[in-house]
Amino acid sequence: MTDFNPTIIAFVCNWCTYTAADLAGTSRLNYPENVRLIRVMCTGMVDSQYVIKAFLEGADGVLVSGCHPGDCHYINGNYKARRRIKLLKTILPQFGIASERLYLTWIGASDGIQFAETMQALVTRIKTLGPNETALKMVI
Amino acid sequence: MTTTVTLPVSGDLQSSLRQFFRTILEMDTIEALFIPQRLPMENMVMPALVSDPQDVDAIDPLAPAFPLNAARAVARLTRRPAGKKLAVVLRPCEIRAFVELVKLKQGRLEDILMIGFDCLGAYGNRDYFRFVASAGDDGTAAFVQASLSETAGPVEGINLAPACRICENFISETADIQIGLLGVDTTKGVLITACTQSGTDLLAGLEATPAEPPAGRQAKIQQLRERRVAARNACFADTAAATESIEKLTTYLAHCVNCYNCRVACPVCYCKECVFVTDVFDHDASQYLQWARRKGTVKMPTDTVFYHLTRLAHMSTACVGCGQCSNACPNDIPVMELFRAVAHQTQAAFGYRAGRSVDEKPPLSAFKEDEYQEVVGLG
Repeated sequence: MTDFNPTIIAFVCNWCTYTAADLAGTSRLNYPENVRLIRVMCTGMVDSQYVIKAFLEGADGVLVSGCHPGDCHYINGNYKARRRIKLLKTILPQFGIASERLYLTWIGASDGIQFAETMQALVTRIKTLGPNETALKMVI
Repeated sequence: MTTTVTLPVSGDLQSSLRQFFRTILEMDTIEALFIPQRLPMENMVMPALVSDPQDVDAIDPLAPAFPLNAARAVARLTRRPAGKKLAVVLRPCEIRAFVELVKLKQGRLEDILMIGFDCLGAYGNRDYFRFVASAGDDGTAAFVQASLSETAGPVEGINLAPACRICENFISETADIQIGLLGVDTTKGVLITACTQSGTDLLAGLEATPAEPPAGRQAKIQQLRERRVAARNACFADTAAATESIEKLTTYLAHCVNCYNCRVACPVCYCKECVFVTDVFDHDASQYLQWARRKGTVKMPTDTVFYHLTRLAHMSTACVGCGQCSNACPNDIPVMELFRAVAHQTQAAFGYRAGRSVDEKPPLSAFKEDEYQEVVGLG
């Protein structure tokens, strides 16, 4: 499993986590290239189907990351995202997609260092879980 | 606010119920009656909007027919104010589905009086066709009699639909008027309970004598509920074992042809247009070829498991367990079992039960600042 190179899809909100990623970049901080960022305007628009699609297409982990509670640019989008993550963490494990493959974090716009550290920790965590079976099996 | 009266049964149950509904329809306050009706051209029972009291002769609310969940039709009738009041007779699962639609502003409670029965269940569509062919016009009476005496159904080999066999919510919690059959001597009378103010107002116009529920009724309901819960839990365990990995879920859904009948039949699939029929899924040929190249083979039509998982995420918190998804499946995939099993988990996760109360907000349309901290962070 040492050569397992996971694919992680991260849905990051434009106002906080994407800005933090940008800050990490301009600060020349390194973070693993396993994480593929998808910028969305708000975590509140990350429909369950985006997360499901990522897993069915073989993502080993999915992260949804946005503004801290109270900081949402659209007032409450992150609260809606949290309910949706709660829902998905209830549904997906019933089909063998472990709850530990799906994460929600709050990373504010000025948290460039925290962004890089979180990505590093996330990759380490997913590596211990091993590959997602949908990447290996035929899914209709 | 509950008031209970006995509706005396003289002769047979069916004609007494007809008389009861005719009386309701003749009231000045009630414009029309929405109730399962035997069609004149064939022995099929369908929900109908009856406005002529004479036509009440053809009603058949206890028939074991459940061709569709009528919540959608009632939503259509109530979405905009009609200025007239309707009495609607629905199964408990239809009432629950309607309550969910009311919460989504697709229907209104203001102009209707909801009447529910102790639900005796129904046959699957194809079983019902066989049943009427064999039992004929008197089938309903024989079915009711067999159900209440807990003996085998009138036609051998035809049993309640799987959804009804595991249904523990066979008595509505939100109807204005509840008609009680279980644990009641239906040769003498049926129990009519008004559960809300508008139900009480209606009963006041009937000049019926107040009554107490018979002593054995509650125990009988409890026993049936316990049996159903046991059957339900066994079904959940079987389904969980059959779908515990994506590979097994793929096997479970292998016969799916993406007809989306389950979604059309679902009373709580609330979108006007499902994302799966929009341009989002209208891919270019090059996209399919790219998938085929990456995976070696891609099954056409694509996105079968994706569709079912998405539907689970979108509507399982509103699932009322009516079983119309299974009823509508051309390839007999046990869709209801999958959706009920997952819905049980998702509704428990939010402390929610679909259709229980109009005042409970759907889990995904409400939120608090300080909740579900356990799903946040890398833990």
